[in-house]
Amino acid sequence: MAAALVALTPIGLYCPGGNFYIDPLRPVPRALITHGHSDHARPGHGSVLATRETLAIMGLRCGQDFAGAVQIAALGEKLKISDVEVSFHPAGHVLGSAQIRLSHAGRTLVASGDYKREPDPTCLPFEPIPCDLFISEATFGLPVFRHPPASREIDRLLASLKTFPDRTHLVGAYALGKAQRVIALLRAAGYDRPIYLHGAMEKITEFYAREGADIGAVRKAEARDGDLAGEIVICPPGSLQDAWSRRFKDPVAAFASGWMRVRARARQRGVELPLVISDHADWDELCATIRETDCARLLVTHGEADALTHWAQGQGLEAEPLRIAGYGEEDMASQEEASA
Amino acid sequence: MNRFAQLLDRLGFEPSRTGKLRLMTEYFKTAPDPERGYALAALAGALSFQYAKPALIRGLIAKRVDPYLFALSYDYVGDLAETAALLWPAAPASADQSAPAHRLTGPPSLSEVVQSLATLGKADLPRQLAIWLDALDETGRWALLKLITGSLRVGVSSALAKASVAALGGQTGVAVEDLWHGLAPPYLDLFAWLEGRADRPAASNPAPFFPAMLAHAIEARDFETLDPAQFCAEWKWDGIRVQAVSGADSSGRNIARIYSRSGEDLSAAFPDLIECLAQSPAAGFALDGELLIRRGGKIEPFSILQQRLNRKTVSAKMLAEFPAHIRAYDLLWSETEDLRPLPFLERRARLEALVSARGEPRLDLSTLIPFASWPELAQARQDPLAYGAGADVGAVEGVMLKRAASGYLQGRPKGHWYKWKRDPWNVDAVLMYAQRGHGKRSSLYSDYTFGVWRSGSQGPELVPVGKAYFGFTDAELAKLDHFVRNNTTNRFGPVREIDHHPARGLVLEIAFEGLNRSSRHRSGLAMRFPRIARIRWDKPAAEADAIETLEALLTPKLGPG
Ligand SMILES: [Zn+2]
Ligand SMILES: [Zn+2]
Repeated sequence: MAAALVALTPIGLYCPGGNFYIDPLRPVPRALITHGHSDHARPGHGSVLATRETLAIMGLRCGQDFAGAVQIAALGEKLKISDVEVSFHPAGHVLGSAQIRLSHAGRTLVASGDYKREPDPTCLPFEPIPCDLFISEATFGLPVFRHPPASREIDRLLASLKTFPDRTHLVGAYALGKAQRVIALLRAAGYDRPIYLHGAMEKITEFYAREGADIGAVRKAEARDGDLAGEIVICPPGSLQDAWSRRFKDPVAAFASGWMRVRARARQRGVELPLVISDHADWDELCATIRETDCARLLVTHGEADALTHWAQGQGLEAEPLRIAGYGEEDMASQEEASA
Repeated sequence: MNRFAQLLDRLGFEPSRTGKLRLMTEYFKTAPDPERGYALAALAGALSFQYAKPALIRGLIAKRVDPYLFALSYDYVGDLAETAALLWPAAPASADQSAPAHRLTGPPSLSEVVQSLATLGKADLPRQLAIWLDALDETGRWALLKLITGSLRVGVSSALAKASVAALGGQTGVAVEDLWHGLAPPYLDLFAWLEGRADRPAASNPAPFFPAMLAHAIEARDFETLDPAQFCAEWKWDGIRVQAVSGADSSGRNIARIYSRSGEDLSAAFPDLIECLAQSPAAGFALDGELLIRRGGKIEPFSILQQRLNRKTVSAKMLAEFPAHIRAYDLLWSETEDLRPLPFLERRARLEALVSARGEPRLDLSTLIPFASWPELAQARQDPLAYGAGADVGAVEGVMLKRAASGYLQGRPKGHWYKWKRDPWNVDAVLMYAQRGHGKRSSLYSDYTFGVWRSGSQGPELVPVGKAYFGFTDAELAKLDHFVRNNTTNRFGPVREIDHHPARGLVLEIAFEGLNRSSRHRSGLAMRFPRIARIRWDKPAAEADAIETLEALLTPKLGPG
């Protein structure tokens, strides 16, 4: 039965048939990693199987010796680990992000990792994979979360630059994925001025550019006072309110995140220009994706599991929350990132 | 409507006054007539229609969203209008709600909304509202729901809205203020004048607002440089600082108005005062004072005034129960004379003459406190009863220092006026219950009920003594919210009971301004203006204060009771 394909342990999802973990929270002998965000991709494993991009990102963030051994998973290619069939499929979350499909004795399971359905110029689109058991994230698993088109939010940012041409627009964005997506969206909207970066996101942004993302001219935001008036500066969300941001005179604090959909969350963080741009599926996308996988059973991780399980049960699915402590909200993770 | 909604949305997040001004001016520059005129009316609080009740919104959303999903969503978002705006299905949910013909129409304009609301019958409102909500985007729905429930709350005063529209024509807010009472939405004549397409509208305000003079909080080192002989002192009354203005309109009729210190017209809420101020003689005057409740021969503390302020409509019963009163501080204008350039003492003499000539029971003078030295004034501040505050002592919140030779200067000029508030009291209490807050804190547990120990039949027990909503930083709030969620022992509707075991409870150091006896509270005490001075993560709950500590503070000079 499908339940035997994976088991929930305190360090994450474990596949006894293949003796490996998916996105484990602590070092293990063998790990399959869905994507490079620090709450999923931790250093110190014996061996890591992940996409080429995810392995490269882990190397950039944790140092080249982040694991004892690495193996590249080509998207769509079927591998055998013991007698479990394993394959990776695009998740549309960030560059290199993948869902992991496991198949054994005629039963199929898909662990979504983090995913979204809205087109993203910096990564491959999500592919729905038919399965018996779908393990879905639910970061935005409440029906109040319906992300508007990201291009509309970029238009709001550009309109604000027009209204406040003398103020630096500081855009808080997660260093891996969100920052580069915002840059690429700005380029797609015709914005061709140099974009300034907080030091914490330089390396990853260079990597995205090498991988073909439309990044254009980027510069490091230096500690000069006031001379970035009217420019866009991208920084980790945690830097919006800290000492680093005080070098800019009267900045407009923007934050690109799905959390910005709820005003109280935006005000709470002192954000003046909330941009609802998310790398996670919104409610409608979660529901549509679950239907498309045609799964009979749903396990929900990451965040607001109760609403999504309730909805799925209403659709006739067997659904329950899978409580794994340790996967952070993306802006929590980025707080750590900011200090790095 | 969507453009106005975007403006509101942005205003709600913009903290600075100049930022808000620019956002509004930009909008007025680019939005068409009559749309921008209704927007100005909404921002300046000049729209009048019957506000919709929250139950109407609940009813509409209940028809469209699974109740469990609604409950989870509302719990997360915390604000009803926002929850409904976010949850509203993108396409009309059921065919019976809106006729197909309406689905073809685009989003309503603000003008259409305002005009319909003025004429729409109560029974037709839900249907019309559903049609509008179907046609608007999320921000539009949020703004519409805020508008129809009368709770825009985007941090824009009427004066700021007027200043922003005045900037269109290089005018000041005061120039628009002067015209305001002769104008009506959608203000086509005002925009035409500001854009240089027409003459200044003829109407002028017989009772205009004069920008207020504000005080700095005094600091210890100020006393080293200030000479007591150059200053007058008076009590700082704990009410609402207002300006009461009266003047004759073109037909010779006396018009009186009451403004807040930021120029908000409060007249509609105080018909009792307006009636008395509009009486001749001495029609033309503008005085600066404190709005208070006076009954039984004494000024009531702020908590009583608040009961009147909390009501949306003014009933005869309320007028009788909470009679409004003005205690005058200053005179800015008399007949045709601008007194503001005169020294404080001269204005004060004119004020005394005016108040005694009018002889009205609802208007009196704020008395000066005699003092010879700063230590003597410090004593008066500690013990107002001994220095002449009399029965009104419960409404004293400190003293004011005014330089005798200073003119009445608008804004907060340095070196002229100082406020010297009474020191707060402190008590260590234990967090007992928490509730989600409002506005920007609506998704966080930010309203805290705290208690102190008393001896019960089974040993020490906590008795609630007050509620605090502020005094903490955002970072502290995040920690408190986390603590509340992880230490909930019970739930009563929206209220969470927090573990307040002597070993595990959380101690809050509460600062407060005063203490009254109250039969409405279980402890028999009511705190004034309590707030969290410090969170004592380090202190065991068992070591928090006992009720006796508070009882000891209840000396006759602190409260009326
Ligand atoms: Zn992620
Ligand atoms: Zn994640």
